[in-house]
Amino acid sequence: MTPVSTISGGAIPWGAKNVDTDIIIPARWLKTVSREGLGKGAFESVRASQGNVIDAGVAAGASILIAGDNFGCGSSREHAAWAMLDLGLTAVIAPSFSDIFSGNAFKNGLLAVELPQEAIDRLMVVAGEGQPVTIDLENQVVTTPYQDRFTFHIDPFRKMCLMQGLDEIGLTLAEGNAINAYEARRGAAEPWLVPTGAA
Amino acid sequence: MAIFNMSAPRTLYEKIWDAHVVAQRDDGTCLVFIDRHLVHEVTSPQAFAGLKANGRRVRRPDLTLAVPDHNLPTTPRLDAGGRPIPIADSESAAQLAALEANVAEFGVPYIPATDVRQGIVHVIGPEQGFTLPGLTMVCGDSHTAAHGALGALAFGIGTSEVEHVLGTQTLWLAPSKTMAVEVNGDLPPGVTPKDVVLHIIGTIGTAGGTGHVIEFMGSTIRAMSIEGRLTVSNMAIEGGARAGLIAPDETTFAYLKGRPMAPQGAAWDAAVDYWRTLPSDAGARFDRHVRIDAADIAPSVTWGTSPEDVVPITGAVPDPASFADPSKQEAAQKSLDYMGLTPGTPMAEVEVQNIFIGSCTNSRIEDLRAAAAVLHGRRKADNVRWAIVVPGSGLVKRQAEEEGLDRIFTEAGFEWREPGCSACLGMNPDKVPAGERCASTSNRNFVGRQGPGSRTHLLSPAMAAAAAVTGRLTDVRELAR
Ligand code: SF4
Repeated sequence: MTPVSTISGGAIPWGAKNVDTDIIIPARWLKTVSREGLGKGAFESVRASQGNVIDAGVAAGASILIAGDNFGCGSSREHAAWAMLDLGLTAVIAPSFSDIFSGNAFKNGLLAVELPQEAIDRLMVVAGEGQPVTIDLENQVVTTPYQDRFTFHIDPFRKMCLMQGLDEIGLTLAEGNAINAYEARRGAAEPWLVPTGAA
Repeated sequence: MAIFNMSAPRTLYEKIWDAHVVAQRDDGTCLVFIDRHLVHEVTSPQAFAGLKANGRRVRRPDLTLAVPDHNLPTTPRLDAGGRPIPIADSESAAQLAALEANVAEFGVPYIPATDVRQGIVHVIGPEQGFTLPGLTMVCGDSHTAAHGALGALAFGIGTSEVEHVLGTQTLWLAPSKTMAVEVNGDLPPGVTPKDVVLHIIGTIGTAGGTGHVIEFMGSTIRAMSIEGRLTVSNMAIEGGARAGLIAPDETTFAYLKGRPMAPQGAAWDAAVDYWRTLPSDAGARFDRHVRIDAADIAPSVTWGTSPEDVVPITGAVPDPASFADPSKQEAAQKSLDYMGLTPGTPMAEVEVQNIFIGSCTNSRIEDLRAAAAVLHGRRKADNVRWAIVVPGSGLVKRQAEEEGLDRIFTEAGFEWREPGCSACLGMNPDKVPAGERCASTSNRNFVGRQGPGSRTHLLSPAMAAAAAVTGRLTDVRELAR
């Protein structure tokens, strides 16, 4: 994973609430066996509708998406994060995210920043004027050219992994002894743990 | 490793969590062991590719089970000579081929598309006895919550997590908060588990359970069969919860006994002894507690594009102005525009052109029986263009055929299909055309879910059958005989 530190650039002033992953990437785009190329289908219905907020005007070439509450709800498809990255987005700022989406975003180096609604309202104005937004991951702060300063919280472990571009599976495999010990203990105490007559 | 206070009363969720912690980080995040992993063709190819790229193996193939379901066509899979019929869509075919190559390369147990046991991941897990109480269970599909009906802590994960579980049999997770949803009393006539869960989501909202694991409890839930409980727990995710749980009891044990992958002999007895210790202790604290009276639940339908947009079938399309919250008003207006509905229209006057009976929410034998009971000796209305039944598994399909249900459906004008996810997510060729309505027993009525521009009304199997007969959303109680 590529390390993430500071993301700065144009932001899409969308603000929509409850954006589900069917909106981010409709199911018909899921018939792929690769992580690349999904940008074409990203936000398909939104981009097809009038006033295309995703690509038009100030949104053109933006690297940050500003959205409303409960972003990424619905289906667990990780294709949502891949599609956003493939579209050129590297961060999304919203008041809240669905648990599954924020996990998927993190695992792919897509920064999901939680800020209160007042901050979102302000960023919508700034982005709407075509001004850049900066996310400083190390100092956990979002700034604008107008001296706005919004600090955000991020899980320290996630922050470390993002900043160092760490491979989570590699980190977990380093806990191999603990996993072995656990398996041995459970296997002895609970003989039903392994399914019988597997396929 | 116990994270919760073992000397205080614990919830079912806390007991399962404590039994699965392998290690803990300073920030409280736990490395949780995963006992069961279901794999399907759509969310796994990139995970296997990641393992390959890093020279890693599947740590516990014996705890893993793969089956294709999401993208498979539901048309016949074998020709008259018993040979597999190739999938016409090249991308779908490639996804199935990738799954078959990956399970062979990594030694993962596999149920092929042409096996009678094939079906929707969340239908075959319980059916095969792969799902058991007290286990942790994951799948790259958000409705994994369904398995909580048997007392397993089960939740959906993304593809990177699929790769993580394949490679390590664990996941890093933060403990969730707990929420009790208690439903008490006898269900009124015509009210089914689907109506119960739609009513719950309508009550708590789609964000009501965010950050929580919901334990469904109370006499109404206790009285449900496992199939009914699966319907309820399946939709916990639509209430925003990570997982749903229902305490294992005698109904659970009776359901599981003798299933092919369930423990047998002495292991079975030991397992049941352990499972009896799992229910939440008296006095266990929940972060939130919601109480619902079964008498207040009516046969329900959705009117909008969120599963919380629920009204009784006797109700009307709501006026967006009737919502207190301005953002809710805006969302309701958008929903109505998309759904092509006018405020004040009685739900029972809304015409439907499509009927879908299927999905992991409602495709088991009891669901098909309930729909067939309404359809028996009746035919779909002329304005219903497409009516389709997609059994949840090959075994459900076979059972239904033994009971003659397939004849009831086909005589009523329904198509009788092969198992899979089908029109639940509009990924294979089974789609609802733009602008048309579908009375659907699935779990999501999102914009475009059943095909671009499709309009979904969620309801129970009996209500879907009633809608087929009259060609409009219908109170199933009117067709009672
Ligand atoms: S039937 Fe629908 S909800 Fe269930 S597993 Fe398939 S796609 Fe997911």
